[in-house]
Amino acid sequence: MTKLAPVLSAHWDEKDSFTIEAYTRHGGYKASAKALAMDPDAVIQLVKDSGLRGRGGAGFPTGMKWGFIPQGDNKDHYLVVNADESEPGTCKDTPLLMANPHVLIEGCIIACHAIRAKHAFIYIRGEVTHVVRRLNQAIEDAYKAGHLGKGIDVVLHVGAGAYICGEETALLDSLEGFRGQPRLRPPFPAIAGLYARPTVVNNVESISSVPAIVANGAEWYQAMGTEKSKGTTLYSLSGHVNNPGQFEAPLGITLREILDFAGGVRTGHKLKFWTPGGSSTPLFTDQHLDVPLDYEGVSAAGSMLGTKALQIFDETTCVVRAVLRWTEFYKHESCGKCTPCREGTWWLVQILRDLENGVGTEADLAKLLDLCDNIMGRSFCALGDGATSPITSSIKYFRDEYIAHLTNGGCPFDPVKSTLFSGANA
Amino acid sequence: MAYSSDQIEVMNSIIKRYPRSRSAIMPLLHYVQSLAGFVTNEGIEEIAMLLELETAEVTAVATFYTQYKRRPVGEYHVGVCTNTLCAVMGGDAIFAALKDHLGVENDGVTADGKVSLEHIECNAACDYAPVVMANWEFYDNQNVESAKDLVDSMRKGTPKPPTRGPNSLVTWKEASAVLAGLNDGKANEGLQAGEPTLLGLKLSKEGK
Repeated sequence: MTKLAPVLSAHWDEKDSFTIEAYTRHGGYKASAKALAMDPDAVIQLVKDSGLRGRGGAGFPTGMKWGFIPQGDNKDHYLVVNADESEPGTCKDTPLLMANPHVLIEGCIIACHAIRAKHAFIYIRGEVTHVVRRLNQAIEDAYKAGHLGKGIDVVLHVGAGAYICGEETALLDSLEGFRGQPRLRPPFPAIAGLYARPTVVNNVESISSVPAIVANGAEWYQAMGTEKSKGTTLYSLSGHVNNPGQFEAPLGITLREILDFAGGVRTGHKLKFWTPGGSSTPLFTDQHLDVPLDYEGVSAAGSMLGTKALQIFDETTCVVRAVLRWTEFYKHESCGKCTPCREGTWWLVQILRDLENGVGTEADLAKLLDLCDNIMGRSFCALGDGATSPITSSIKYFRDEYIAHLTNGGCPFDPVKSTLFSGANA
Repeated sequence: MAYSSDQIEVMNSIIKRYPRSRSAIMPLLHYVQSLAGFVTNEGIEEIAMLLELETAEVTAVATFYTQYKRRPVGEYHVGVCTNTLCAVMGGDAIFAALKDHLGVENDGVTADGKVSLEHIECNAACDYAPVVMANWEFYDNQNVESAKDLVDSMRKGTPKPPTRGPNSLVTWKEASAVLAGLNDGKANEGLQAGEPTLLGLKLSKEGK
């Protein structure tokens, strides 16, 4: 049985956890002092040795990313933190920043030192007013305390409602003052990122994991997790469970174990399908309860660890309705730059609507898969790829349910039964 | 409306945050929205002038991002999450009930100008579903009745406080100023975390 291991979340239960006083009380800003006294390359090596991998979805080794920044090039370098948390189901960075914004700021100081950057930008989504307040205040307090402003500056940049800006190159365009649209790579941000300068873009949770690694050492971090997925991470459990919430555990824990902590699927119901890491990761079913939730384990089972957003749906949920809604989201959020994604997501919605309403035909399923095939891998960024995940995986596991919509002449489910306040829970 | 010298000073201070001025376009749009309640043509012209851009370049940005409004919204702008998880758990029912209760469609504003309604995408609070936002503050774990009570309280001018946010709900304009990066002194108000956020930590302390 895997045990929970709160590191990032260790002090969230203290009422003033978001203040600089509380953060300092628990040793805050000691790790950045330690790192600033180290050679920058040694800091990069330490993060490499820890095995920390990107927590924003892709799982790229953080230390290696830092190591890609050219040194001695006499150019400005930038650190950009991706706090644009918008992937459906994903809800880890927002509570982290509300409860402890200083850990991110300290992580920024360490990362800036390592990559020889003087400027860090935190790009936060605009739909979280109170988190913006907390982070802004924390930055102000870090300046007053002298942690910032002595060679390292942190600027908070607030987005304005565009999922695509969570994609790192769209984020950079947005931060430069343009519409948020992805760039063609190469060049990668490490060579030509913000203002065409070498730039590291990391997720909030990745950067926030760094202070504890510097404070406790790479071996301490290495000791947690699995062979290739080291450390602890935030698993966000939501949906049809008795007790949803954040569970910080070593990588490799299983959904069965987390559901056990959460009091199981809502009483009287059973697990039907779930996402391991947000809506862009192919769906899992009750066959996947024992898949180790680390980068390799989830991938071997045909999905992706993504953001560890575990959205749980029970047997009252119509999978076609769920997939249609996600697809409408991707269609709405497609930035329109690449034709396969812009046009493809539009057609996916039309076909799925027909299927949900029972007016499609079985040939539409083949057409959906064909469309997905023509979207996958054919655009600048992965938004379109993500849009195909729920469709292809739901047809793989629930083809009969799509067919049932056709034979039934419409959706066979009662949407009231899947709501929390229907009495269906009684 | 012409901007006052104080307002221009705020705008210049926003521009100074960045190594290159064009990066200030988004916070400046939030700021002009905080003054008029939406992004006006005057606001776009002012930003274009300050950043030495064409108004078309500023308009292109303003119309790309859904949080910038090109016409007035309510003093309290209510967003109901209808992305899959919230929708399934009750968001669809809440949104339908609020449209009916307020007598407005998606993107509509009540005649008294107090409340506007919009269906929104995932707002990163899925462990608190179904989620309703007002002026982008969290109202967690909503149902049809609680959501109706919430908008009724807004129409009476005494909005219920957010579940995770400041002690009282600020107006749309005031919230827009926060998003422009201005400090309203309320960062220390409210909870540090709600129960779901703390669940794993609590269980760990119980030896799990």
